[in-house]
Amino acid sequence: MPNDIAEKQTRKSRDGLVYRQSVWTRVTHWVWAICLFFLLLTGLQIFNAHPSLYIGQQSGFGFDNSILSMSAENTENGPRGYTTVFGQKIDTTGLFGLSGPRPSVQGFPAWATIPSYRDLGTGRVVHFFFAWVFVGTMLVWLVASLVNRHLWRDVVPKGRDLRRIGQDIRDHLRLRFDHGAKYNVLQKLSYSVVLLVLFPLMVLTGLSMSPAMNAAWPWLLEVFGGRQTARTIHFAVMLLLVGFFIIHILMVVAAGPINELRSMITGWYRVKKTGAKSDE
Amino acid sequence: MTRRNLLRASGSLVAASTLAGCDQFDFLGQRDHKMRDVLESANSLTYRVQRMLLGPNALAPEYGPSEIRQGQRPNGSTNPQTAEYLALKANDFADYRLKITGLVEREVSFSLDELRRMTARSQITRHDCVEGWSCIAKWTGTPLSALLKEAGVKAEAKFALFHCYDVLGGGLSGGEAYYESCDLIDANHPQTIAAYGLNDEVLPVSNGAPVRVRIERALGYKQPKYVYEIELSATNTQLGQGQGSYWADHGYDWYAGI
Repeated sequence: MPNDIAEKQTRKSRDGLVYRQSVWTRVTHWVWAICLFFLLLTGLQIFNAHPSLYIGQQSGFGFDNSILSMSAENTENGPRGYTTVFGQKIDTTGLFGLSGPRPSVQGFPAWATIPSYRDLGTGRVVHFFFAWVFVGTMLVWLVASLVNRHLWRDVVPKGRDLRRIGQDIRDHLRLRFDHGAKYNVLQKLSYSVVLLVLFPLMVLTGLSMSPAMNAAWPWLLEVFGGRQTARTIHFAVMLLLVGFFIIHILMVVAAGPINELRSMITGWYRVKKTGAKSDE
Repeated sequence: MTRRNLLRASGSLVAASTLAGCDQFDFLGQRDHKMRDVLESANSLTYRVQRMLLGPNALAPEYGPSEIRQGQRPNGSTNPQTAEYLALKANDFADYRLKITGLVEREVSFSLDELRRMTARSQITRHDCVEGWSCIAKWTGTPLSALLKEAGVKAEAKFALFHCYDVLGGGLSGGEAYYESCDLIDANHPQTIAAYGLNDEVLPVSNGAPVRVRIERALGYKQPKYVYEIELSATNTQLGQGQGSYWADHGYDWYAGI
């Protein structure tokens, strides 16, 4: 197998193609993409069952520890949807609190949830199914990336990467991309944060909401400062992952979608020989 | 590469999000769809793995009195209207008896006074509703294990089934009496109590008077209220539509550990 790849490597390098993504990276990437799609949309379904976030162990009904809530009210101009964030009440009619062609009272709109109608039971079934697939894929990726050294060689930023960060930010702002065989420092940083911080944080805050896991691993609640805080962090990490997704897609398109998609499907990536030197 | 590409990308992203409309996955809500069975297999995986991680006696977190900052929020049934229940309530539950039946050496029953005279357990625990909210309260009651010991559970028994006075749902069928079941690990867990007290008061009707069973390592929907009979059984599929609890028959996970 390695011989095979080496042979292909020499043949393809004439066309400027390098074997950039191992099969482990590619398969886990796409399985995660599917998982995250379902986890996000069923997560919003679950959130809609009680569209408020709190800090602490419990939810304040007789006191106020809410930091975000979505609600609807009747006003002189008919029903309006509101989102209250850190005490600031914002009219979000049509998006949060009240939405839909025949306006219905709900946190996130129907187009952003699975199922589109209110069905907490189904949302949970789908959410936990993909949560298992997601965690299993994380373990496969971690073992494979430790063994084939992808994690250390390609993902974790080193001192010399970090010294180039100023230049890399300037290049990105000018949409001038370095099509080297290796990730640039901003890629390394964002992939490290997503894979090594946000993914594990998502799983652990998810587990912190489980009453059975609270009995099995009581330290979870102490680490995250209570079940409701864990739920709030779970939500905040979701927002960060959505933000990552948007930038990720924009960068793929800006850097050349065909080449980027090919490397994540076949593994082969065209490096640019002109101009910027790759860091090999 | 170019700003035009970036603009084009943003445009297609916005377009994609407006047509996202996830109703193409609404079939997952059909309880008899074969995809549904595949997805629900994750529930049994969760149950098995959590049972593995969780010692039979690992306790749910308990809190200090200062954490009781509000009344216990009532949810689900809050005021049962069946004739039998109303008659008991009218007499302040003086005629109420909690029965232990099924696969036991001797069927026994307890009045509220008899329950109160037995060794009590109080615990300040967090109630986690499946909707997402939590509420901390002090629950007082008789450990279920003590009641089961008096009845003598037979070796064939695998489940404790809870029969309740409240009726949920409605429509054409006229609703159905609430039912729940748990395995014997949960039934014998030290924090599983037949609770008759809440926050140092008599358990109010809205929270399940006269007796609510607390299964503290599970979500709120697995804390049956208005319980009048605990039946020991080798199976739990004879209940309702066969999933083992009212909410399991309505698409929720039976075990309710997460």
